[in-house]
Amino acid sequence: MSQIENVSLDEIKHLVSNRAIEGETMLLNMGPQHPSTHGVLRLLLELDGETIVNAIPDIGFLHTGIEKNMEAKTFQKAEVMTDRMDYLNTVGNNFSYCLAVEKLVGLDVPERAQYLRVILAELQRLASHMVWLGTSALDLAAMSNYMYTFREREIILGILEMVSGQRMMTTYIRPGGVWRDVPAEFEGAVRDLLKILPKRIDEYETLLTKNPLFIDRTAGIGKVSPEDAMSWGLSGASLRGSGVNYDLRKFAPYSSYDHFEFDVPLQTDGDVRARYLVRMAEMRQSIRIIYQALDKLPSGPIRSNNHKFVPPLRSEIGTSMEALIHHFKLWTEGFTAPKGSVYVGVESPRGELGCFLESDGGTKPYRVHFRTPSFDNLQVLPVLAKGSLVADVVAIIGSVDIVLGDIDR
Amino acid sequence: MGLEQKLGEMGVVTAKLEDLVNWSRSSAMWPMLFGLACCAIEMMAAQAANYDMSRFGMELMRPSPRQSDLMIVAGRVSRKMAPVVRRLYDQMPDPKWVIAMGDCASCGGVFNNYAVVQGVDEIVPVDVYVAGCPPRPEALIHGVITLHEKVKREKMKDWA
Amino acid sequence: MSDSLDSVIAHIAEKFSATISEFAGEKTLLIAPEKVLDLAKYLKTAIGFEFLSALTAVDYWPAESPRFHLFYRFTSISRQFTLNVRIPISGIKPVVSSIEPFYYNAGWHEREVFDMFGIKFDGNKDLRRILMPHDWEGYPLRKDYPLGYEEPQFTFNYDEIAVRKPFAKSRPEE
Repeated sequence: MSQIENVSLDEIKHLVSNRAIEGETMLLNMGPQHPSTHGVLRLLLELDGETIVNAIPDIGFLHTGIEKNMEAKTFQKAEVMTDRMDYLNTVGNNFSYCLAVEKLVGLDVPERAQYLRVILAELQRLASHMVWLGTSALDLAAMSNYMYTFREREIILGILEMVSGQRMMTTYIRPGGVWRDVPAEFEGAVRDLLKILPKRIDEYETLLTKNPLFIDRTAGIGKVSPEDAMSWGLSGASLRGSGVNYDLRKFAPYSSYDHFEFDVPLQTDGDVRARYLVRMAEMRQSIRIIYQALDKLPSGPIRSNNHKFVPPLRSEIGTSMEALIHHFKLWTEGFTAPKGSVYVGVESPRGELGCFLESDGGTKPYRVHFRTPSFDNLQVLPVLAKGSLVADVVAIIGSVDIVLGDIDR
Repeated sequence: MGLEQKLGEMGVVTAKLEDLVNWSRSSAMWPMLFGLACCAIEMMAAQAANYDMSRFGMELMRPSPRQSDLMIVAGRVSRKMAPVVRRLYDQMPDPKWVIAMGDCASCGGVFNNYAVVQGVDEIVPVDVYVAGCPPRPEALIHGVITLHEKVKREKMKDWA
Repeated sequence: MSDSLDSVIAHIAEKFSATISEFAGEKTLLIAPEKVLDLAKYLKTAIGFEFLSALTAVDYWPAESPRFHLFYRFTSISRQFTLNVRIPISGIKPVVSSIEPFYYNAGWHEREVFDMFGIKFDGNKDLRRILMPHDWEGYPLRKDYPLGYEEPQFTFNYDEIAVRKPFAKSRPEE
């Protein structure tokens, strides 16, 4: 076991100001075990009294080696790794990986599967925003929201469990389609949820949006200009809070997102409050998308019938010799992908989640890399936090909505 | 009520010291507020409205290791995090217990590679292992109840 | 300058003497490593690629020259363009200049590539290990670095694994 990082001041001299070396300002360690860092983030804060002179994030405490581990598994088996990356957006992670595999081998996905993917991805976005709202409000000492949002989140997790058998790590989206068709009670359950959600979101908003305490803690804190936000690679609600209209669902529509009508909520202030308002509006847009997808949900196959890449349905295996052979080949040696590399981006609840996938012509990915939104969103923290108070750091971390599993992978 | 009848007129209850101490230890077990990865989200769900761990008196999470006597290792422990987990454990006052929540904390789970500690029992002694990836909130509650029962069976001569 | 992505790519390829390859409907430019800083400056200021989407590397070990490819993905939000760029890098003393002056978020991405592949970036302000502990040896995502697989514990290798778990309390009943 290696020792705890005893980084001497010499090694980080170039990161702190000269006043820290003379002992005029104070260096304060926040994390890795801290209730408000949303995981195992370590921050080294340079403080002048209560004011932050510098904030130096230290990440990697949750580095899991997912990219390396995926290189040792076949294309299908590597997918379970992606779930555990951004654990609030498991469906989205599968989504980006499957789109990359499909682009690599040139697979078409039936429309029903595309719609189901959209419904689940939007449900997951709602669930993720609920966790964000609960925990970031909890950091600002608003306890009730946490209880309320987790109440509704359980309903969404129940739906995910209904379709996939698992609450969080669904692996429901598979290359070429989805794992199996949704059960008969799925549509009713989603519609019941959608019926109550607008009222519940109003309820969350009555607690926060016009609450003077909440406005005091959020307005004008952690400002970033649109130009800076783009140069820093911010994406998702953190970028749209600065007024930049960049949503991959509109920018490069994937999986038939262009069939649905929805708006991209924008705010121009670029502060913590703007990012909060964008996410609240996004939740309502997600409800809109799910309604449309449910109304238009076509019937038909849920998987591509190109059995060189996609396993046949369980029911076919019992009757067709060919299906049995395909099944056996796919789950023992996997399929081969042509030599080349692709990059696919999807809009995760936190921003642009990109999957870079390279194949050398074998049955395993030669290199997988995930461009994770939290990694870039956290990087801007020193800029956002400079000049604000220690207590505001907590609000800022909450507002950029980081997930440490997403950052460290 | 029951207790007053047992007290009788003397106002005295006789019990083994061992039982009394174990009863008090298991009934006020404060877990440390310390989440690592996916399992931490389920740990939060276990505290929230639907599962409500406080029904069993195990909801009072303390952010400081000095005030807690149960560490729930909720998630995978990386090689970089391992010394930190050990230091947190060392900072907790005795008596202390550890629950390894989830497959990653128990045995490394699906991550059999250079970066992840293959089971948190490489660095701290574990009392209860909870299986699942991630375990459902009910499974975590069951794990804590199992630990309570284990504590109630502890013998004074083993305390040292 | 014309407005279509293809003409922009052809223009950049000509200016930086790059080769264009196409796969799965997307074009990728292969550019010499010494031109990367000029390219970044040109993309950001002249063409309007405001956003660096991704930066990563691929290891082609045991090939030595070039051993690595750096992969950049630039996005122009205003013009709805995306551009893939690849840069070959030799395995002996892998160094390339940093594009941090133009794309600030390249800073951490380059640190990650340095941490995982050992490619150095000239001009990066803070080139330290980012994900692994600071005293870690080796570069994990290189192909010659082992995965670090540990055998599952069975009865025949029980003691071998148990040595690594000094705090495991109970042993199975014999």
